[in-house]
Amino acid sequence: MNVIELHSVSVRYRERKIRSLKEAVIRSVKGHPRSPYFYGLRNVSLDIHHGESVGIIGSNGAGKSTLLRVAAGIIAPSEGMAISRGSVAPVMELGTGFESELSGRENIFFNGALLGCSRAYMRQRLDEIIAFSGLEAFIDAPLRTYSTGMLARLAFAVATSIDAETVLLDEILAVGDAPFRRQCKARIEGFVSRGSTIVLVSHELDSVESLCSRAVWMSKGEVVDDGPTAEVMTRYRAQS
Amino acid sequence: MIERRSVAGQPLRWRTEVRDICQRASLLYELVHRDLTVRYKRSFLGFFWTMLHPLLLMGIFLVVFSSVFRFRAPRYEIYFLSAYVSWNFFSQTAVNAMAGVAWNGPLMKRVRVPLSVFTLSSTVSGLVNLALSLAVLFAIMLFTGAPLHPALIFLPVSLLLVWLFTLGASLAFTAVSIFFGDFREMVQAGLPALMYLTPIIYPIEVVPERYRWLIKLNPMVYIVEIVRDPIYYGIIPSPTTMLVAVVVSLGSLAVGWMIFRHMAPRFHAHL
Repeated sequence: MNVIELHSVSVRYRERKIRSLKEAVIRSVKGHPRSPYFYGLRNVSLDIHHGESVGIIGSNGAGKSTLLRVAAGIIAPSEGMAISRGSVAPVMELGTGFESELSGRENIFFNGALLGCSRAYMRQRLDEIIAFSGLEAFIDAPLRTYSTGMLARLAFAVATSIDAETVLLDEILAVGDAPFRRQCKARIEGFVSRGSTIVLVSHELDSVESLCSRAVWMSKGEVVDDGPTAEVMTRYRAQS
Repeated sequence: MIERRSVAGQPLRWRTEVRDICQRASLLYELVHRDLTVRYKRSFLGFFWTMLHPLLLMGIFLVVFSSVFRFRAPRYEIYFLSAYVSWNFFSQTAVNAMAGVAWNGPLMKRVRVPLSVFTLSSTVSGLVNLALSLAVLFAIMLFTGAPLHPALIFLPVSLLLVWLFTLGASLAFTAVSIFFGDFREMVQAGLPALMYLTPIIYPIEVVPERYRWLIKLNPMVYIVEIVRDPIYYGIIPSPTTMLVAVVVSLGSLAVGWMIFRHMAPRFHAHL
């Protein structure tokens, strides 16, 4: 069964956006043509099966994050169709959905709610999340007093406490110190061994190689290569 | 197993939206909680600013206008406040919902949430403030010896309509302000004008008879009236007023949702 299907998906933006009502009215009165489209994703078709672990690689601006957002149903495609089945938890750039004036503890609930977890569920996992983050001493201090590393720890601890059949991870291994990164990897391996489907966007080829059995290589909004990780990696390294 | 499809060019569906919001009641709770606490967390008087701000405004209006209109409306302070609470709820909520876009914009394109939940949470925070303003109003009524009428049991029905009206307007305003950055300024400039076109500080009788129909074209007249009737006049609004108020508030919700559902799939390109 496919948990994610993308059917000829494109996401496009205007190269030059109209930002104000005033400008929109003036342009339509003067009959100016609208700016051409820029494609963030162009005609991408992709099936991800239940239980697969897929890594998405490619340079900056290749459309990796856009692909993940469409797959998660966060943004709608401009052309084509995206289907997801079962519970899908998108874990996008760490730190989104945190409120600097609230305490670490309050933020755990706030962030959990954004990821789709109930208060009761979060209460159940609270101790474990705090322990994993290693921030017991600071958990009731406002978030604005946290360092970047502490923030990353908390964000990752919340994000990976969720319980979903499919987990989409966007660039979340790029932060923290080495021991913390090892901890993160162990968590992701836990998802895989539990039978969850994972889709991982990462610049770190090593992590993709060790965590994913399949790799998708993207360039300029299109899928250029898709297959077993080792094979795709060989071709990717040869090219770049 | 839940299957979700997002198809290019397809507007949001209200069934999906309502289902998603119901499933994620905790999100609504967290957003309202954040709304009400964060804004005042670092200020000395804290949460009381929420109440103090409208109270100060009320005070100014009372001092300025009570001498002018007292002969037309006995217990002018109650006459004014019983309308001003619903006006204030409407205008504050509409503005806060648009301002919330700056705050919640990053979330809208990074987290999977029903997009209307942010606007909905602004209206719920507004309701909390409205409840506080009403409490202040009732305290003033008790203090000044104004009678509390049995018709007050009708108030929840009126407030429901006021809320639906405000929700509809806020949905439309949020959607348009995401596309056009200058729209919020326009609304903020237009709101005071709309307030003076509504009989809030003055009784409608001061308007010359031949212009009164013009004032009555303003939908806010009915939204304000259905709240003022049970509080100030001690009556249940007339069937005509009620009918218009129901049409106006459901119309606002229908039109607001229509605009929102068609613009929402393209929000991410503008945030």
